[in-house]
Amino acid sequence: MVPLFVLIPFFSIIILNLFPKKLMQHLSFVWLGFLSLAQVYLVAARPVWFWDTKLELWNLLFSFRYSVDVITLVMLLCIGIVVFISLLASRAMISDVHQRVNFKNLLLVSLIGMNATVLVTDVFSLYVFIEITAVSSYIMIAMNKDRLGLEGAFKYLILSAIATVMMLVAISLLLLLTGNTSFEAVGAGLAGAGNSLFVRVSIGLFLCGLFIKSGLVPFHGWLPDAYSAAPAPASILLAGIVTKVSGVYVLMRLAISVFGLTPSVQALLMFIGAVSIIIGAVAALTQTDFKRMLAYSSISQIGYIILGVGCGTKLALIGAVFHLFNHAIFKSLLFVNAASVEKELGTTDMDKMGGLTQRMPVTGITSVIGLLSTAGIPPLSGFWSKFIIIIALWQAGNFGYAAFALLASIITLAYFLSMQRKVFFGKLRSGLENIKESSMGLIVSQAVLAIITLVVGLIFPLVISWR
Amino acid sequence: MALNLILLVLLLVAGIWTVLTTRLVRSVVGLALVSAVVSILIFRLNSPLAAAFELSVCAGLISVIFVTTISFTQRLTAERLEERRKERLGKYWYLPVILIIFGILLVVFKPKLDFPLPQVPSEQDTRNIIWHMRHVDLLGQILIILAGVFGVVILFKEPKK
Repeated sequence: MVPLFVLIPFFSIIILNLFPKKLMQHLSFVWLGFLSLAQVYLVAARPVWFWDTKLELWNLLFSFRYSVDVITLVMLLCIGIVVFISLLASRAMISDVHQRVNFKNLLLVSLIGMNATVLVTDVFSLYVFIEITAVSSYIMIAMNKDRLGLEGAFKYLILSAIATVMMLVAISLLLLLTGNTSFEAVGAGLAGAGNSLFVRVSIGLFLCGLFIKSGLVPFHGWLPDAYSAAPAPASILLAGIVTKVSGVYVLMRLAISVFGLTPSVQALLMFIGAVSIIIGAVAALTQTDFKRMLAYSSISQIGYIILGVGCGTKLALIGAVFHLFNHAIFKSLLFVNAASVEKELGTTDMDKMGGLTQRMPVTGITSVIGLLSTAGIPPLSGFWSKFIIIIALWQAGNFGYAAFALLASIITLAYFLSMQRKVFFGKLRSGLENIKESSMGLIVSQAVLAIITLVVGLIFPLVISWR
Repeated sequence: MALNLILLVLLLVAGIWTVLTTRLVRSVVGLALVSAVVSILIFRLNSPLAAAFELSVCAGLISVIFVTTISFTQRLTAERLEERRKERLGKYWYLPVILIIFGILLVVFKPKLDFPLPQVPSEQDTRNIIWHMRHVDLLGQILIILAGVFGVVILFKEPKK
């Protein structure tokens, strides 16, 4: 019944839009909440009745080739969690009824796009669903129709279009070379084609396209504008999961299952990962806008994931997938914190904040959990994933990269402590005496994400086998 | 071969003109010309259905949508047009230069691209591929259209006062 991850949301869009708008806004909230939580349950509990039952009749009408492995499950879990959090945030942050309904429609389109991206086993279908996710993201970023939002969406659109052209040309070349677009056929075709210029050009183009989609340095120009200008629920979705699915996951999937981790691909990934870690961290250090700082921090953290993928050992890949999960959770948490602050203060300028923990204790405390996890402080979840990546790099003989990843964590801690000092710690800034904790939807979102970060960090050493 | 070369040169000229011209309508005409030339090239590559799609959708339908949208806009003044022309030349002067350098490099280095191409089985007609083999991509097409509709509603529809 796995295709239902795509088909139920698809039919939901059509059916929900048949209802009158007033009814639809409540109905779509409940239904989308149910769909995302059901997805989390189905992945976490893995009930046999769902995963082992085949939809025979449906398969006659609609053929859908998919595959499910650990990476797919982790991605489906992250998608379910982040979509649910974004939905809760939309309830709190979008006041206009029509905009709220529109956002839920886009959230459903994005959910289908992301679910299908992680399930399909064909490079062309992969491209189609990446584009669906991207189109819904452009609209979400620009939906307030303010200048910054339109600029952010436009930058994302233009750079994504370049990425799209690169990927489409690469797919055409791969089709010419292998005669098919399924992962299996392309992988086999590439293995038999050797290391010709043609193969290198097609893999190189695909990887460059995915670097843009992932927001990796030097292709990151769109990311800070898009993340910071988007409405808060869209920022949470984009930073939490969209870039990870349409960029990082696809890169990981193709590098592991299709292109193969050749020494040149590994070297390229590790170099781009390391550069992203340092540039992202240094740029984050200089920001005064809360959301822009988080956006640059995302670039840095995605660098860690790519560094793990580039290392290529089993342990490094485990670390990369684990860091991807952790980053989806703690970055969503930090963006919900930013949304809370933005909702109450009406700004994300950190120079206009100070001592907010006194007035917003939940936001303040959960932001500390988010920052410590991002910086890799034990025993939080982010510590374990970074630790695994660094150990794997060391074991594989990449001592320089391992030391580099370790040192970059100090910069991460520096910019987050600077943020905490400016925003949450210290004396309450004058004029902020009437600020209060944000709405229940945002409080619940922050609490859920902080608990996941804590619990995963605490139970990880108990469930992992180091042999 | 000669015809292909003429078509490719025409494609480049039309593409550069589309980017450099300051009049939106001329830009649309340039884009339609690019699509028309691409259609001829696709037709010459034995894909008549793909050529028909390219011609009808990209050269036809999209040009009509662009021209309709442009008809709602106002023309720029002569001074502003001149300013734009200079601005655009300043921004994109390197495009023809890059193309010429790329062409020279291709001629000088003559990269070997003589790889064996797979034979496409004759029964794999485009219609068969679209309607029978790629259901998932069809679903994707429907979703892209839906997302486009939501985009138009969200970004272009003015709220009732």
